[in-house]
Amino acid sequence: MSRDLIIQAIVSGLLMGLIYALVAVGLSLIFGLMEIVNFAHGEFLMIAMFSSFWLWFLAGLDPLLSLPLVVAILGVAGLLVHFGIIRHLLSAPMLAQVCGTFGLAVALRAGAQFLWTPDFRTIANPWIAGRVQIGPIFIGQPQLVAGAICLLAFVALWLFVTRTETGLALQATSQDRQAASVMGIPTDRMSALGWAIGLGCVGVAGSLLSTFFYIFPDVGVNFALLAFVAVALGGFGSILGSLVAGILIGLVESLGGLLVDPSYKTLIVFGLYLAVVLVRPNGLFGRF
Amino acid sequence: MSMLLDVKGLTKRFGGLTANADITFDVKRGEILGIIGPNGAGKSTLFDLITGFQPPDAGEVFLDGRRITGLRPDLVSALGVARTFQKLKPFPDLTVIENVIVGALARTAHMRAARDAALESLAFVDLLEKRNHFARELSTGQRKRLELARGLATQPRLILMDEVTGGVDQRTIPGLVELVLELKRRGVTIVTIEHNMQVMMRIADRILALHAGRRIAFGAPEEVRKDAAVVDAYLGSAADAA
Amino acid sequence: MASDQARMLEAARAEPLWPRPPLWATLAGAAIAALLLVFPFVFTATFHHHLLILICLYALMAQSWNVIAGLSGQISLGHAIFFGIGAYASTVLFAKYGITPWFGLLAGMFISALAAIAIGIPTLRLKGHYFAIATLLIGSSVQIIFQRWEWVGAASGLYVPIVRAQPWLYLQFHASKVPYYYLALGAAAAAYLIVWKLRRSRLGFRLQAVRDEPEAAASLGIAVAKHKVLAFMISAAMMSVAGTFYAQYVLVLDPERLFSVDISIIVVLMTVLGGTGTLWGPALGAAILVPLSEYSRIWLGGTGRTIDLFVYGILILLICMWRPAGLLSLFEERIRRRGGQR
Ligand SMILES: Nc1ncnc2c1ncn2[C@@H]1O[C@H](COP(=O)(O)OP(=O)(O)OP(=O)(O)O)[C@@H](O)[C@H]1O
Ligand SMILES: [Mg+2]
Repeated sequence: MSRDLIIQAIVSGLLMGLIYALVAVGLSLIFGLMEIVNFAHGEFLMIAMFSSFWLWFLAGLDPLLSLPLVVAILGVAGLLVHFGIIRHLLSAPMLAQVCGTFGLAVALRAGAQFLWTPDFRTIANPWIAGRVQIGPIFIGQPQLVAGAICLLAFVALWLFVTRTETGLALQATSQDRQAASVMGIPTDRMSALGWAIGLGCVGVAGSLLSTFFYIFPDVGVNFALLAFVAVALGGFGSILGSLVAGILIGLVESLGGLLVDPSYKTLIVFGLYLAVVLVRPNGLFGRF
Repeated sequence: MSMLLDVKGLTKRFGGLTANADITFDVKRGEILGIIGPNGAGKSTLFDLITGFQPPDAGEVFLDGRRITGLRPDLVSALGVARTFQKLKPFPDLTVIENVIVGALARTAHMRAARDAALESLAFVDLLEKRNHFARELSTGQRKRLELARGLATQPRLILMDEVTGGVDQRTIPGLVELVLELKRRGVTIVTIEHNMQVMMRIADRILALHAGRRIAFGAPEEVRKDAAVVDAYLGSAADAA
Repeated sequence: MASDQARMLEAARAEPLWPRPPLWATLAGAAIAALLLVFPFVFTATFHHHLLILICLYALMAQSWNVIAGLSGQISLGHAIFFGIGAYASTVLFAKYGITPWFGLLAGMFISALAAIAIGIPTLRLKGHYFAIATLLIGSSVQIIFQRWEWVGAASGLYVPIVRAQPWLYLQFHASKVPYYYLALGAAAAAYLIVWKLRRSRLGFRLQAVRDEPEAAASLGIAVAKHKVLAFMISAAMMSVAGTFYAQYVLVLDPERLFSVDISIIVVLMTVLGGTGTLWGPALGAAILVPLSEYSRIWLGGTGRTIDLFVYGILILLICMWRPAGLLSLFEERIRRRGGQR
């Protein structure tokens, strides 16, 4: 096993991990705000990727160009989901909450298969393509750009949550909804905002992913599973936790694939989840 | 003969907060022991330690001479200790009678016998009329009586009651007092947490007073009521609240 | 006063132990049972037999999920594990050692129950969401393992060797689907009978207590962890039965399909639709969703392959929003109120 291979694996794991992290942070944000696990999270990632695809296919927009548009689409979707569905589930028993978002996931996936067939698609000739050589290792340019933008998105999210009044209100709501409500924070609107931001993050991740990943109706499933793992590792409701956990998963996955057997890399990550939830049921980090 | 319940030096810390500090007391067979103390004194925590819902950091609990420290709640229950919860925990999606049947099944696996025992128990707390309602539909006072009936259906030797008269309609209090006294007449030993001093003075044979996790008095009701530390604790907490 | 109490107590004691369903429901039930018994002779088309076989198997699977979720309150999203184990256990024993699937059925139940212990002991103490996610991940993991496991055919799966002699011994009927139908019906009926009994037993009451309020259950002498694992074992063994019969019915084992998350989800959807925690809800859910899916496949052909899932998803979403307890729950609650108030 050469050192270069390992460095290569670390770098590509790190870049993929940033995407996992961005998907996870949305899930985490939503759970932190209303204690609801969005089981349709992966399907929204799929929608984001298809949005990107169709904007490219029909309007000729490169995914990087259409990124803001996709984020807006997903943000609006978040608002719709919150006001149209989630608010009606808040007082329902947990089973109904789980099955509600699960039902949404099934419908979205099946709808996508029905409308767009189960085929695998790719975006041909995106602006950024090919790979660069840095020393002994090769990095796909789309991955590199994606990683950089993910990191930027995280910084923006972090600044928003810690530096702006709205962000602080969001944080307060997540920590103690009742207290926040007493302090005059419109908690319901905060939840809506949480959904918009959470799915907005998925929009960023989906746009970037569409530049180098296959686009198909089931694409979200695996990302969602990994996001669950990331959120469990990082602690439900924690932004930094999601970031660290996402990167950790990316690394474990790529190094595990290298050192053990590529086909078992997912198992290693799932094992990580079980190990963590059994030992530290609240994740490795606290909230926010 | 040994005491029915013997608690020696129980201590429980939550992070920096000591909820129970070196609490020692005993309960005689057939008596009613009252526990008083301002909010946050550590009364409910003490119940949790005795019944195994929380492990103590130090100290021992003996039931009838047998060490039960840190035993699992279901095993403590099997030894004849029932409890009610301050934050009520009825089974919401079971009917009232079904709730109590679950308790009665601790003594018999025979469904008809359990049902009949449950009816008896419900009649005792005067909740028979509501037997086919779902527990989630009951008022607070009714839920308290349900929880009592459910605990009693396990035929305990000792029952720990956490604020049975708290937050219920004032008019139902005399009935609840009668109920507790009747239980005592039937030979059940009772430990009861109670904020209502009038009620406490009427029913308790002895009183244990806690404050900030410590035992500040333990003895006959009149003595405890006049105890300087107890008076201070209550005045102090009243002053804090004001 | 006192005599009033005594009289009321006497009256209550004289009531039947269990609430009775209304007469019309009993009659309807008897009619459905009779129809099910003669069904293959009334409707002779093979497709109809196929439809009813699937309804019976899914009713069994949904009931299995109902035991763990409806009775003991744990949301498992990985139940396909036990379906797959049932299918593999009987097929491996038969294909490799020539052992009759009847024994494989028992072996599958046993292995599934063991798997439920292995999975349940660590995970069942997790809180709601964490348990659901854990089962989802374990379900995916088991699928990956079977897809890589050479001894059981890896990704290409296994075939049940075709045997034409002694159909009832080898559970293979090549001329007609009718025997399969009666097998599936029998399995489902046995499962519903067992669950019906279970719900009227000490164990059933205790499971429901654990579901509603674990701490209160513990204070009444119920070993919470043990009961959750027990419910999981019962549920797993039931699911496994469906797997064995399904394998004998289709004769092909595809790990992609057997362990798919779709199976795990569909049993959830059926139960939630019909009414989680009710006795007949899972059967009702299966009776609604199976035809929905089979007919949409026929009417819409290849393009409609997934429209059934789309409708499932929307249906469940609506149910969760407006009737989270499912279709049958109010009906069952009315019976349990014994014609009383409300
Ligand atoms: N699980 C816990 N974790 C952390 N702190 C706790 C926990 N349970 C209780 N406490 C703290 O321990 C102290 C004692 O609580 P406890 O509930 O025993 O008081 P109490 O005497 O029953 O009060 P009240 O009259 O309000 O019921 C309180 O300060 C409480 O906040
Ligand atoms: Mg208390």
